[in-house]
Amino acid sequence: MSALGDIGLSTTGERLAVTATNGATPTKDWVIVTRQLKREYDMGGEIVRALRGVDLAIRRNEYVAIMGPSGSGKSTLMNLIGCLDTPNEGEYWLSGQLVSEMSDDQLARVRNREIGFVFQTFNLLPRASALQNVELPLVYAGVSADERKKRASEALQRVQLGERMHHRPNELSGGQRQRVAIARALVNRPSILLADEPTGNLDSTTSEEIMKVFEELAQQGQTVVMVTHEPDIAAHARRVVVLRDGVIASDETREQFIERVGLTHAAH
Amino acid sequence: MPFFDAIGLALRTIRAQKLKSAFTLLGVCIGVMFLISVVSIVEGMGRYMEEDLIGKLIAVNTFELRHRPNITIGDVDESTWEEYRKRPRLDITDVAPATSTLPADTRWYLYSEDMVMATSSTSGKPRQVRGIAVQGDFFDIKKMGVTRGRLLSAQELDRGEKSVVIGPDAADRLFPGLDPIGRELKMGGVPYRVVGLAETQGKAMGMSFDNFVVASFRSPARRLLNSRPNIVDAVVIQSPTVPAMTENMELVRAAMRAQRQLRPAQKDNFSLQTADSALEFWNKIKGYLVLGGVALPAIGLVVGAIVIMNIMLVAVAERTREIGIRKALGATRRDILLQFLIEASTLGTIGSAIGVGLGIGLAQLIAAVSPLPASVAPWSIVVGIALGAGVGIISGVYPASRASRLDPIAALRQE
Repeated sequence: MSALGDIGLSTTGERLAVTATNGATPTKDWVIVTRQLKREYDMGGEIVRALRGVDLAIRRNEYVAIMGPSGSGKSTLMNLIGCLDTPNEGEYWLSGQLVSEMSDDQLARVRNREIGFVFQTFNLLPRASALQNVELPLVYAGVSADERKKRASEALQRVQLGERMHHRPNELSGGQRQRVAIARALVNRPSILLADEPTGNLDSTTSEEIMKVFEELAQQGQTVVMVTHEPDIAAHARRVVVLRDGVIASDETREQFIERVGLTHAAH
Repeated sequence: MPFFDAIGLALRTIRAQKLKSAFTLLGVCIGVMFLISVVSIVEGMGRYMEEDLIGKLIAVNTFELRHRPNITIGDVDESTWEEYRKRPRLDITDVAPATSTLPADTRWYLYSEDMVMATSSTSGKPRQVRGIAVQGDFFDIKKMGVTRGRLLSAQELDRGEKSVVIGPDAADRLFPGLDPIGRELKMGGVPYRVVGLAETQGKAMGMSFDNFVVASFRSPARRLLNSRPNIVDAVVIQSPTVPAMTENMELVRAAMRAQRQLRPAQKDNFSLQTADSALEFWNKIKGYLVLGGVALPAIGLVVGAIVIMNIMLVAVAERTREIGIRKALGATRRDILLQFLIEASTLGTIGSAIGVGLGIGLAQLIAAVSPLPASVAPWSIVVGIALGAGVGIISGVYPASRASRLDPIAALRQE
């Protein structure tokens, strides 16, 4: 165990996780509960152990950043949390459902209902308008066309893009594209908003703007999980989990994290 | 994803890539176009054969006594031909015994015909006409009338007088711009007087039936038609009803067997041919034509299928990221499969619909510029469009299943 890991063991977050994972069936109060999550990849005969046993518990309404250098396993963890992948070993409970045992199509339905993705590269469909992009999760949820349009335009208004809903992604700025992606992530009222390096392709001003949107969503009670390798972006979250070599190295409150890492400017 | 959303999505995708879609459509479009036009022409010929040509060649409730069938059904083998060749020709002396037992309400005529050279003082060089030498109720059974002059009388036919009735085309060739009645034409150096100008007998496949000269079988004209003057090409017997025709065929058969002195074990060495056997012959040809007409466009459709499959595979590769996004947002395998299948079958359907339109146009064009008739068969439109959709679905299955099996993480990483 590294020094960071020792610190991590004593943090509030870790204690919460232990409580949760040692308890009975994870309740609805815990959005995410993982027990000894392991994921290995076979890279041409060589086994890469990306996750070596991760115990993580995230409560409803939390705003969590998952941090770590490249190769730490944070992308793997994000894929597992996002139900894009399944673990080799361990359990993953999402909103009280045991996701780690599900089939591909069951996972697709869980992604549709429970997860709102925000990606570094926005991942909007280039040929579709902002409105059509935001409608997509509702299409796969089987919502009627009228209802889709209504809910998608409401979601776009929430991110101040009501005026631009008929624009295509290439007619929007980077920050606007990411707000379309956020609207799309939220339109089906997911349990968690899962953001993967949401500011990775944005300049610092626009990044702050997007972080403000996240902050507002968190204040409104949206559970937010954000994966990033930038400490000053992670410092916007209320809880920071640091991964290193496939295990949780630390799990701290924002204040603890800022103090330990020694960030000069506090973010808001 | 609901079905109508999937169709809407497919149409949007196709519209967004107009050029690529157009090329994709081409194969199916051309295949269906040829299918429709070939089937239309075969169908047109069929209608023509059934309603027109055969009715014209062979009158109602008639059968022909011949030495062998003149319309043979495709599968006549070598030994049958050998047997046909050995048969004695029908002779004028066979006719009286063969027809003597027929009831009084039965009409018949005998004829020989061949292309002969005819000249007139106004034609300049000799002209080729179809010479027909007849005896009996020829004009009645043929329902042939005249527009000018008169028909050959029974006396003229019996006495073998050198009077002729000529068709409009023969009149144009021999007496251009002139009234042929009362004029003289020569066949084999023998002069004949034109007493009547027949009504037009119509055309088939660009062939006119109007270039003929009808003379008495007892006139010298018959010498020009067969190697021996007493050979009769056929006796045509018309009965008042179908059952009567069947009975009369048996009467003629019995009479001919007696005339030919055939023992019970021996087969007929003559043929009795009805309009049905001619139709049967046509149906057989039609079967081959339709087969060929379907087989050739089928190759076009196979090519179309390969093109669609190829383009869909490219589309899946190009849109890997889109597939990843859709999967991340909750699309199941079935959703993705359906999306690409519907896209491929929509392409196929649009292609075949355009092909149906072009095919009908092509058939009409061929009918207009060539003697081939065309008749669009409704079933061929349905089959054409169904084929297009089917080709789309079949060629979409593999690319679509590949798309549906893509791993969302890898797909999202794709640039």
